[in-house]
Amino acid sequence: MEAATLVADARPEIVVRGIRERPTGWTSWLTTTDHKRIGLLYLFTTFVFFILGGVEALLMRLQLAQPNSTLLEPKTYNELVTMHGTTMVFLFVVPVLAGFGNYLVPLMIGARDMAFPRLNALSYWLFLGGGLVFYASVFFTPPSAGWTSYAPLSDNAFLPDNGIDAWIFLIHLTGISSLLGAINFTATIHNMRARGMSWGRMPVFVWTILVYSYLLILALPAVAAAVTMLLTDRHFGTAFFDNTGGGDPLLWQHLFWFFGHPEVYIMALPAFGMISEILPVFARKPLFGYKAVVASAAAITFLSMLVWAHHMFPTPTATVVLAFFMLSSFAIAVPTGIKIFNWLATLWRGTIVMKTPLFFAAGFLSMFVIGGISGVVLAIFPVDWYFNDTYFVVAHIHYVLFGGSVFAIFAGLYYWFPKMSGRMLSEGLGRLSFLLMFVGFNLTFLVQHSLGLEGMPRRIYRYPDYSNWPALNLISTVGAHARVVHAVAAA
Amino acid sequence: MLGALALLLIAAPSAFADFFTPENKGGSRNADDIQTLFVIAMIIGGVIFAGVEGVLVYSLIRFRRRRGGPEPAQIRGNTPLEMGWTVGAAVIVAILAVITFAFLGGITTPERSLPSGATAGNALQVASIDQASVPGGHSLEIHVNGQQYLWRYDYPAVRGQQVFGYYDMYVPVGTTVTLKITSSDVAHSWWIPKLGGKADAIPGHTNSTWFRINRPGIYAGECAELCGEGHADMRARVIAVPPAQFQAWLVRQAADIKDAQAKLSLARQIRGEGNP
Repeated sequence: MEAATLVADARPEIVVRGIRERPTGWTSWLTTTDHKRIGLLYLFTTFVFFILGGVEALLMRLQLAQPNSTLLEPKTYNELVTMHGTTMVFLFVVPVLAGFGNYLVPLMIGARDMAFPRLNALSYWLFLGGGLVFYASVFFTPPSAGWTSYAPLSDNAFLPDNGIDAWIFLIHLTGISSLLGAINFTATIHNMRARGMSWGRMPVFVWTILVYSYLLILALPAVAAAVTMLLTDRHFGTAFFDNTGGGDPLLWQHLFWFFGHPEVYIMALPAFGMISEILPVFARKPLFGYKAVVASAAAITFLSMLVWAHHMFPTPTATVVLAFFMLSSFAIAVPTGIKIFNWLATLWRGTIVMKTPLFFAAGFLSMFVIGGISGVVLAIFPVDWYFNDTYFVVAHIHYVLFGGSVFAIFAGLYYWFPKMSGRMLSEGLGRLSFLLMFVGFNLTFLVQHSLGLEGMPRRIYRYPDYSNWPALNLISTVGAHARVVHAVAAA
Repeated sequence: MLGALALLLIAAPSAFADFFTPENKGGSRNADDIQTLFVIAMIIGGVIFAGVEGVLVYSLIRFRRRRGGPEPAQIRGNTPLEMGWTVGAAVIVAILAVITFAFLGGITTPERSLPSGATAGNALQVASIDQASVPGGHSLEIHVNGQQYLWRYDYPAVRGQQVFGYYDMYVPVGTTVTLKITSSDVAHSWWIPKLGGKADAIPGHTNSTWFRINRPGIYAGECAELCGEGHADMRARVIAVPPAQFQAWLVRQAADIKDAQAKLSLARQIRGEGNP
């Protein structure tokens, strides 16, 4: 006893100066520069926007439940189209992945925090500001030119109210936010890996956040330039997109999709990363073909910069150009296919533990492959001349973004929630949530392929009582409601 | 459970007869070729889909963790297998590319008009076209102009009189019709599903497409690019009639327009507004 006390007394006192006390209370969330707290802020905020975007989708499905419905005004419908697409892309999928990255990347590479913690906080607040500015337009006139805001419809000659300006402001603010975030991720991953965390040992999720960041840095300047040009067209008399003033409406489409297609992979690659983390854990097996999975992510990153005009196949464009973009889009199917095969091989001969994250990850695999196949079909440009701007395309993007990214995001959420909160989630409710989401999603979107085959264009607020359109639309709406039940169950 | 769900999902929609094919057959050859190309792509896609989902469902059932089951196999990869499926995927898309190019000519190059189709002479001027040429044949060129929220069609002039119409496009059967498509306000997209693919109408650009209808009938479609509040109501019909009937319609339309223009200018003179 005596000796122990003596030893304790002899322990040297450590004195530190110049370190601020860790702030507590709710105001600490406003001033935090801690990567985990910022990550949680991102996750919470993006799920609020996810619910808003979901409500918008639901209103559209209600309107379309019957032919010649009069529930919504046409302008309101166009506003919902725009708000839903913009919200899901810019305020949910891209920033929710930034949230996961913020929380997990420093932990996974053994860094103390992000490279620039204050810049990191600025990213979050710019993102929130962009969302608030955009949603403020609900009290005035929301934008109604679609999330793609094609010129000249988005020009002030056709939509003079300020909704489009709110949209431009959102693109700028969330764009700067993502750009700063991407620089931060890049700097962190390149420079702050712990000793021994070599490139070849880095978790796949970190790899995908790295290529996500590269893509953001490459793609965002194009859309930033485009919306600035649109802003000056609208308010300062320039005519970049106005053919009567010597401009060209097609320039908008090229600039927008030069950003817009890499954006699809920006939303998909970190989701691929999460799946690559989750499958091995629940299969109790290492990831099959680590190098191939990482290399295919790099190949997708490169190729995704070369496929943008496959969104523009029906425009007046030379056949040789169309053929190039078809072939480049085919090429991107190869690394994507490699990933799917590697994930299947990871499950093969494992001992698969059937838990909620695994259900979502398997759901991702089964749904994403549908989106992948319909993507290759749409890349055949003469076939796209039929399907472009129909419900087939709507189904395709939802199988990629909802069946793909959102299923992966839910897998990640169920997988990492215990680590983030210190609480385990109910396994029963988790499975129920998966079941409702899987059934609801397929009810909503599978039939939309058929609507596209029957020639129903997208973005129409009403349709005539023609062929199977009413029945298929009703199924789709019922499916959408199953997902509301899901949302309630999840909450 | 997943397997049962997958079965349900496959079985439920097939209750609809035309679930698997686009409803575009029987209008014009380019539409038929697009459909054939789509069906080929879907067969290839369907095989891949069945393979992937099959392996997935099999793995989830066969390799579930069981009490006393085998230890998981600690495999990190297999280079020959990786090479195999990379090359396999590349070969599949290469085959798809070859098939597409084989069909491309039939979709983009206009067919020859049938001998029974409308011919040069009488009131109808038949234009030679500068897009992919109609081999050894003649065709009718119609200028399509998208406007919020209707379609305007300009036909060849009849004895110096401009002929145009809205919403309903009259065409002679058996005759190759080439369309020159543009817009005078925002971007629209011309689409009659049974008569081939879309062609975007972009202000300042001229797009082109073609069709040849062999049976009289009415072919409906609507604008396929979000163009504003009236987008959903911007519909169009192509009405195919026998050549003689078409010639008669053209002459009558020319006369009607001439008459209406004369009345309009008379009314303006009476009101003292002068000629437009």
